[in-house]
Amino acid sequence: MTDAAIAVPTAASTPTRSVLADIWRQFRAHKGGVAGLIVFVFILLAVYVGPYIHTVAPNTINVRARNQWPSLAHPFGTDNLGKDMLAQVLAGGRISLAVGITAMLIAVSLGTLVGVLSGYLRRLDGPLMRVTDLFLALPLLPLLLVIIMLFRDTLRAAFGPETGIFILIVSVIGITSWMHTARIVRGDVLAVKSQEFILAAKSSGMREHRIILRHILPNVLSSIMVSATLGIASAIITESALSFLGLGFPSDFPTWGRLLFDGANFLQLTPSRVLWPGLAISLTVLSVNYIGDAIRDALDPRTLKR
Amino acid sequence: MNKLNILLAGSVAALAFGATAAQAERGTDGDLKILFWQAVSTMNPYLSGGTKEVYASSMVIEPLARYDEKGELVPTLVTEIPTIENGGVAQDLLSMTWKLKPDVKWSDGTPLTANDLIFTWKYCTAPDGGCAQAAQYEGVKNVEAVDPHTVKITFEEPKPYPYSAFVGAQSPVIQAAQFKDCVGARAPECTSANFMPIGTGPFVVKDFKPNDVISFEANPNYRDPAKPAFATATLKGGGDAASAARAVLETGEFDYAWNMQVEPEVLATMLAAGKGQLVTAFGTQVERINLNHYNADPALGSKRSTKEAGPHPALSDPAVRRALSMAIDRDIIDEAGYGEAGRPTCNIVPAPEAYASTGNDDWCLKQDVEGANKLLDEAGWVPGSDGIRAKDGVRLSFLYSTSTNSVRQATQELVKDMWSQIGVDAELRNVSASVFFGGDPASPDTFQKFYADVEMYTNNFDGTDPEKYLAEWLCDKVPAPENGWQGQNIPRYCNPEYDKLVGELAKTADLEMRAELAKKLNDMLTEEGAHIPLIHRGQLSSHSVTLEGVKMNAWDSELWNVADWSRKK
Repeated sequence: MTDAAIAVPTAASTPTRSVLADIWRQFRAHKGGVAGLIVFVFILLAVYVGPYIHTVAPNTINVRARNQWPSLAHPFGTDNLGKDMLAQVLAGGRISLAVGITAMLIAVSLGTLVGVLSGYLRRLDGPLMRVTDLFLALPLLPLLLVIIMLFRDTLRAAFGPETGIFILIVSVIGITSWMHTARIVRGDVLAVKSQEFILAAKSSGMREHRIILRHILPNVLSSIMVSATLGIASAIITESALSFLGLGFPSDFPTWGRLLFDGANFLQLTPSRVLWPGLAISLTVLSVNYIGDAIRDALDPRTLKR
Repeated sequence: MNKLNILLAGSVAALAFGATAAQAERGTDGDLKILFWQAVSTMNPYLSGGTKEVYASSMVIEPLARYDEKGELVPTLVTEIPTIENGGVAQDLLSMTWKLKPDVKWSDGTPLTANDLIFTWKYCTAPDGGCAQAAQYEGVKNVEAVDPHTVKITFEEPKPYPYSAFVGAQSPVIQAAQFKDCVGARAPECTSANFMPIGTGPFVVKDFKPNDVISFEANPNYRDPAKPAFATATLKGGGDAASAARAVLETGEFDYAWNMQVEPEVLATMLAAGKGQLVTAFGTQVERINLNHYNADPALGSKRSTKEAGPHPALSDPAVRRALSMAIDRDIIDEAGYGEAGRPTCNIVPAPEAYASTGNDDWCLKQDVEGANKLLDEAGWVPGSDGIRAKDGVRLSFLYSTSTNSVRQATQELVKDMWSQIGVDAELRNVSASVFFGGDPASPDTFQKFYADVEMYTNNFDGTDPEKYLAEWLCDKVPAPENGWQGQNIPRYCNPEYDKLVGELAKTADLEMRAELAKKLNDMLTEEGAHIPLIHRGQLSSHSVTLEGVKMNAWDSELWNVADWSRKK
């Protein structure tokens, strides 16, 4: 008992730093997570800083220099219109990552909201979980096709073709992928809710929303983080699938999925057209998954105690 | 059991005989696998203007006469082609008489009679029927039976080129008994008749899955007892041009695939496998960009691209239409996307030789960015801060739609790049080919609805006479909700003078005069910018090296002689 009394003030003096440092220490112990982080940061840097180093515009057409293998001028080669593949992969990465991260934010916020509400408020549990089931039962791709057909023109008129389709794709992916987060969060909330410190908080007269924000959310954060990382990966893949089907962004708007789609026919002729966007998608998804894995381990209270 | 034994014995005997006596025998060569990467949505070409439907149905239902690979008429269901010389066409050009072969049977065993022809004409000309091939029956006043096997067609006006109704794959004869309750507005409701028409052709539909697979079997009542050589045929739909080419040329999974719109360099790598070969024929296919003459603003909702929407704010200016054409470098598009299978063109009627005009080649065939810029400057279209020209608040920014195909998307990008040099912006969109050409009146993305400012695709005409093709740009052929979006005047071009000239063409008998008029009409369309012709495309298909008898035909259905196809032994 005295031990604990001493331990609490020291922890309280520099609480955030030591917790973060703890998490970071745990994170570093996960080799895959560190590798994933390095790769992901590298991809981010390449995609956002790269264009300042490799200054070729992605949409410059030069038919005379088409289907070229990698060279100094075109490190990734050129496509069948003579567009520089490296510039396209970099430009495509900005879109794909933006789609992935934004769609993930939407999905995770929605999922957390639904999960916490249904876990914490008993009367909402039934209806919200049935809605979740309903969304889970919807076939994703046909739904996407219908939504895109219905709202394409309205959004295009309001925000222009590219922003419009970005909003559409991001929200569509977000709205159709929050269900797993919601279920996981609900489960965690149910477990946390029955613990004594919640009862203590309640009996001290704390408001419900304060309980949720101060006590419940921090305790389910690890699973939210994990679904967030997985969400980025699946959003990038869904966008690739849409682009691969010829939907999504206009055809002169490179995304990794679109580049893969366009390059597939040229696999034998210029393999690098498929190799690099494919590698970029795989590496991003893989690294993000490893980061998620490491974060989960790092945030797990049981491993933190060690 | 007994019957089966007899049948088996019979077929064994037949096989034994076949090996020694006759070369060909019906149904000895197994399954013929055809791949159409645009899936077929109906087997009734009267309800769909799509080439794929016309081709697929040509295996089952036949016209009275069709064009061979040289563009010459050959009789199919008739004894001979009526001409003035043999008395089949009246001297005054007001009527013609077809004599049916006496013993042609429908696949259900009933005889083909004059009655079926009369019915076919009535079916396609019925009001509210939305017949996609109505142009074939234009100017036909009456179709009547002289006797059960003789049909007389009378025309409203002297018809110098009378081979239109019942000629070519777009105008086949359908069975009166099967379609009798499907006339007019009820036509699309007769699903079983539209999916499984009874025909006189070499194959019968056994099973039809719309937009997927059609299974055929040999027609037991086909008029030539030795044909077809294949017992069954499967026509698979879907996929894309490149995978279709691969399935025939590289893996050999299919015997025949149609429309190889694939980059030339990709085809070359596939050909190296030696499983198949390419066949090509230059017919009348022209890849064109249609310019919407009506307003296609999405804010107009279901009114867009119809007469109520009003003229297009930018494309109604002739200077804009001309500048768009002048800015395009057709040679580069040809080189990047078509290679041997295409040539730059400024004509919508690029062949036959006698009808091919050179009237617009001087200003249109070579790229002229400077001239185009000057034209737009003079017309008052001034570049804005973003480099895009505008006038009175209307920006030269166009929604440019086409079907999903790598060559088309590459062409789109090239054209967008060329247009950007004259201060015109394009927003690219591509729609799955099955939807774009599907003709579904409920879909907003079909090429007939044209909910875009410009759209690109290929079309052609059957046979060698362009009269009915040129009649597609008549004012009354504009697709609209009232006619089920079935009109063929996709660009919504309307010029009374053009209508008058088409009427004149219909009255002219002299071949040279006809060529003259046809060229004039063709030039008019290009000059006034109804559309921008890009590439005269060769029809490029591929077939397995084991398939014999394929005669590539650019003037009729590619499957026109499918009855003669066989497996190499």
